[in-house]
Amino acid sequence: MRYIIAIIQPNKLNDVLDKLEQKEIHLVTVSEVMGRGRQKGVGEVYRSHKENGSLLRKVKLEIAVNDEFVQTTINAIKETAYSGNVGDGKIFVLDLQEVLRIRTGDTGKNAIG
Amino acid sequence: MPRFFSTKRLPAFFALLIACCAVLWAGSALAEEAAPAAAAAAPAAPAVNSGDTAWVLTSAALVFLMTVPGLALFYGGLVRKKNVLSVLMQCFFIVCLVTIEWVVLGYSMAFGPDAGGGLVGNLSYAFLNGVGQTPHAVYANTTPHLAFMLFQMMFAIITPALIVGAFAERMRFVPFCLFILLWSVVVYNPVCHWVWSPDGFLCKWGSLDFAGGTVVHINAGMAALACALFLGKRKGYPDRMSPPHNLPFALIGAALLWFGWFGFNAGSAVAANGLAASAFMTTQVATALAAITWALMDFIFVGRATVLGVITGAVAGLVAITPAAGFVNLWGAVFIGIAAGIVPWIMVSIIKPKLGYDDSLDAFGVHGVGGMVGALLTGLFATSDVNSLGQGLFYGKPEQLWLQFEAIAITMIYSFVVTLVLLVIVNVICKLRADEHEETVGLDLSQHRETAYTVIN
Repeated sequence: MRYIIAIIQPNKLNDVLDKLEQKEIHLVTVSEVMGRGRQKGVGEVYRSHKENGSLLRKVKLEIAVNDEFVQTTINAIKETAYSGNVGDGKIFVLDLQEVLRIRTGDTGKNAIG
Repeated sequence: MPRFFSTKRLPAFFALLIACCAVLWAGSALAEEAAPAAAAAAPAAPAVNSGDTAWVLTSAALVFLMTVPGLALFYGGLVRKKNVLSVLMQCFFIVCLVTIEWVVLGYSMAFGPDAGGGLVGNLSYAFLNGVGQTPHAVYANTTPHLAFMLFQMMFAIITPALIVGAFAERMRFVPFCLFILLWSVVVYNPVCHWVWSPDGFLCKWGSLDFAGGTVVHINAGMAALACALFLGKRKGYPDRMSPPHNLPFALIGAALLWFGWFGFNAGSAVAANGLAASAFMTTQVATALAAITWALMDFIFVGRATVLGVITGAVAGLVAITPAAGFVNLWGAVFIGIAAGIVPWIMVSIIKPKLGYDDSLDAFGVHGVGGMVGALLTGLFATSDVNSLGQGLFYGKPEQLWLQFEAIAITMIYSFVVTLVLLVIVNVICKLRADEHEETVGLDLSQHRETAYTVIN
């Protein structure tokens, strides 16, 4: 089992979710985050006091998948979140040790099947 | 099982309740005694004009709106999320506190018959004794006396509310309440008397203040400066500043302020007449120009016209036109508006950062400095074509500029010094400044145990 964390541009969220649905990947947690890569953010001005930009809005997707679905998921996200511009985001793949469905008590592959 | 509230303070509560009942009973007895005597002595009262009365009562409601939610949202949107409730609460509660203070003794101190020397009124109007449905001989004498009292009450309410901008994000709530009450009694009431009561010495000397440039804005501005200096800087100022957490709030607040200000300025004609219309016009024009000028200043020096800049410019314009609204014509309004977009901008963007004091929301920079600009320019641009009571330097009365300057200087010194003294006194009774933990956690949680925006549920 793997845990996939993807940071993408906020405007790509709906496309990515649609594509994941198409590929039969239903389970996902989405959150709004702020972050930066090597590009700087847009500086804000407050009563003529300038702030150097440092953080930008992004969206984080967290998906727990069984091994068979890892590559499908990565491809789905990679293709739809791509725009060619700096700031498209990253995908992290982590090992997942244990999963439990709270309602039924299922564990392991059945919990995220 | 934990109690919902603590019964530790119950005896103190009952003692306070009994004390309040005693004061109210004594007050009503006093009012009843004096009322028959007053009625017997009063000459035939002037007639009540329904148009004037309607406008004065409406204006009172408009000025009320300026404090809540106008100023509350304006300031609330400018502070950090963790402090928004504290600012809203301070504005809202000032309305409540000063209403009572005004009815009990404030109106009497400000507009009552002179107690001597043109310094303060006596207490003959305390508890609204003698303030009834018949007009006063002089104040808004075509409307019920109560209407004028209510109109002035709203000014007495918004003036301390302006000071909130200076100590936002770092004053504890209970000492704040005490400070506001004392300030209203000791600073606002006398200054109001000096300028707006015919017995007041500044009024006798001939200084012009149509709707409160001196009484409200310079007064509050200097008090704000005193508070900013006494309380010290917020933690992390100026290196780690936080941007306004809700600029939409701030804009809505500024728009409500502008709307309410028509009651503030045009209402100060205390009549539904041409002067009110003229004051309305000058208010509108000066404000619009000030906002445009500030946007231009931002665009030239910072690179973009900002929302915060435009709304601050509008407020600066409103402040500056306040003393002049019913004394100047269109061109006076034009010059005042442009000046209000330039001088406070320089104060806020260049001078304040250099001097380094922490006036959180620029109460001194905008209200104090804007008020001074407006009051001085009134001395230049007042024309008797608009209002027979006012004549400025450009229209043949050069002394007016000096008279304005005198009034400004006296108010500045009095407000600053007495506010500092009050701060010292209140600080001894209960500490004013929130400590580091309270400031970090945020005043909403530390002072009120409440959160403005719950994230989860």
